[in-house]
Amino acid sequence: MKTKKKLPALMSAKYRGRTASYGCVLAGWLILEVMMHTGNLSSLFTSLLVPVCCYIVAAIGLNLNVGVSGELNLGQACFMSVGAFTAVCLSGSLARTIPAPLPRLILSILAGALIAAIFGILIGIPVLKLEGDYLAIVTLAFGQIVKSLITNMYLGVDENGFHFSFVDNQVNMAPGGKMLLNGPMGATGTERISTFTAGVILILLALIVVYHLMYSRSGRAIMAARDNRIAAESVGIGIFKTKMLAFAVSSCLAGAAGALYGLNYSTLVPAKFDFNTSILLLVYVVLGGLGNMTGTIVATVVLVLLPELLRSMQDYRMLIYAVVLILIMLLTNNETLKTWVQKLKKRYTAKGGTAHDTES
Amino acid sequence: MKKYRLIKAVISSAAAVALTCSLAACGNPSAGNEGAIRIGGSGPLTGPAAVYGNAVKAAAEMAVEEVNAKGGLQFVLDFEDDTHDAEKAVTAYGVLKDWGMQVSLATVTSAPGAAVAPMYQDDRIFAITPSGSSLAIIYRDPDNAADPYGNIYQMCFTDPNQGIASADYLSTHTDLGTKIAVIYKNDDNYSSGIYAKFKSQAEADGLEIVYTGTFDDSNASDFTVQLKQAQDAGADLVFLPIYYDPASLILTQANQMGYAPTFFGVDGMDGILTLEGFDTSLAEGVYLLTPFSADATDDLTKNFTDHYQKKMNDVPNQFAADAYDCVYAIAQACESAGVTPDMSASEICDKLTAQFTSMTFNGLTGQNVTWSASGEVSKSPKAVVIKDGVYVGVDN
Repeated sequence: MKTKKKLPALMSAKYRGRTASYGCVLAGWLILEVMMHTGNLSSLFTSLLVPVCCYIVAAIGLNLNVGVSGELNLGQACFMSVGAFTAVCLSGSLARTIPAPLPRLILSILAGALIAAIFGILIGIPVLKLEGDYLAIVTLAFGQIVKSLITNMYLGVDENGFHFSFVDNQVNMAPGGKMLLNGPMGATGTERISTFTAGVILILLALIVVYHLMYSRSGRAIMAARDNRIAAESVGIGIFKTKMLAFAVSSCLAGAAGALYGLNYSTLVPAKFDFNTSILLLVYVVLGGLGNMTGTIVATVVLVLLPELLRSMQDYRMLIYAVVLILIMLLTNNETLKTWVQKLKKRYTAKGGTAHDTES
Repeated sequence: MKKYRLIKAVISSAAAVALTCSLAACGNPSAGNEGAIRIGGSGPLTGPAAVYGNAVKAAAEMAVEEVNAKGGLQFVLDFEDDTHDAEKAVTAYGVLKDWGMQVSLATVTSAPGAAVAPMYQDDRIFAITPSGSSLAIIYRDPDNAADPYGNIYQMCFTDPNQGIASADYLSTHTDLGTKIAVIYKNDDNYSSGIYAKFKSQAEADGLEIVYTGTFDDSNASDFTVQLKQAQDAGADLVFLPIYYDPASLILTQANQMGYAPTFFGVDGMDGILTLEGFDTSLAEGVYLLTPFSADATDDLTKNFTDHYQKKMNDVPNQFAADAYDCVYAIAQACESAGVTPDMSASEICDKLTAQFTSMTFNGLTGQNVTWSASGEVSKSPKAVVIKDGVYVGVDN
């Protein structure tokens, strides 16, 4: 990977998937930036840019965990929650010492990613040693625990330092103090410092990390452990270590995504990152294709935009959204369509993209 | 087989064109709305909080129709769904802005309102929320109630005000009970916001709180434990700063236990008499502080309740009443400030903020309503007691 690759090499079968992912993101970013600067992007879509980036990053992480490593994770949103609230608290408390938004954003995202990864590792230590669907159960429970904990946490900062109380709000601050966490109200009055460019950079970083992992020695070990645990163990692959690697990277990416998300809104409630959000991320991954990062990006963009584009349907919006979801599910699993796509693929690969092929 | 490539090319280019068109600004003012002031707003029309959003939407539509029927200034309303989610409220705000919103009802619920408030300020669009009661909607620094946005107003009481008013009322009416138990929902802004202020004001007023019980979304179906503990603590008054749904269950279960303290609620209790499947005789003797009661006999309330019942087949709650008042307040301010539909949102904003801080408004939810420059409403909550299935006013 260290040598500079020529363009044809990027199009070869080995790199095509990766090139498509990076190409998609860069092209999307370019088009949207141009539209934004020429004033052609509507307010609706401008407001969707950052959250879409966040969901893409979290979904890429989840796909590494679910698609590549083969462990079901039902709590990706709670890692986003951990990252988001870490970032919001850090950004809020650093507002006076570092007034410039960009370094504060970078620091907050790093902190969010780090704390989420630590939580991921802590959960992974007992659970990933077991064989079976225990990760799904534990992440499901962890999601509820995180939501309840944050709902009951009160954290304030004033000139005397931090004040913390649990369950019952007993934080008494000097005038001018700021509540970083306010129980069920979550964080309010957050400075909005997230930008679309930061989101795109985060997606590219996520792709680089995930692809480098997938196509490395450790990545092959992860996939081997997924496909046949016993065979993988027999050739000396440490199952726990490989699964832990995938899970930790996945939760780290979710934390970074959450951090970006939290700093994009002036208010953030713990109830936002509930079980439904986790399932939604899982839907993006499954419909995009397990292990397919480009598919995940496309599915996330389409499924986040869809309910907004259906606003003209008024009351039937969510009904139609559900119908479309079912249709996508059926169509992507349709045998006739699959063989058709396979045929198309074969044609392209056989003729190398240029020569006319023989009639079938 | 060039056919496949052709089909693929056609499909992908069609998709690209469709996407680009949808991304581009489509906020061209549609014909037919010319000469009308555009009022925007968002609220939960789907999801668990949909009952509030739909009530607000229906009442606001009704008010717009009535105002338009009078002649004079014409209004047109676009009310978007935000599913009680901050993210969706921000996108709904984008939709409204693309549509060309000039004045707004902000949001129905608190957290989404706090998310869009800074955007209303950035774009200088006047907003008045019917029912977003959190301080974070009108203050940039809600912890100190400082740095108000200045162009966002509230039609309902703020949560802290309700808590303070309740504690003050109880301290001057000791005949209702002296040993107070509180049961509140600790994962809800509204409920814990009222409780926090009630507690500090109760201490200041020298009230005795003997028991505090909490519940959240996951255990809102059984209150026997909290009620038993309240009973054991000797509470003769139970303060319920919660919505009517769980409150109805508390009343039912207290009745089954044979525990009969005085129950005291706030405006969220309004609606309990119209709850389906609830035996209203259990609500006899319940006190509540509310700005609106659908059973009031003045012409304005009667007229509103009749029309609303015809339209929605349901008795209006205070959310509906607040929304109705919001539209009338906007209309009144626009008339007297000489606002015309061709003005920009920021021009209208300047004129309306000047009006709202100086005008007096008479509506369903209060007489002689005024607003402070920070956007907080000033009106007096009415204490009512439920007798024979209707609200009866208690003199304060």
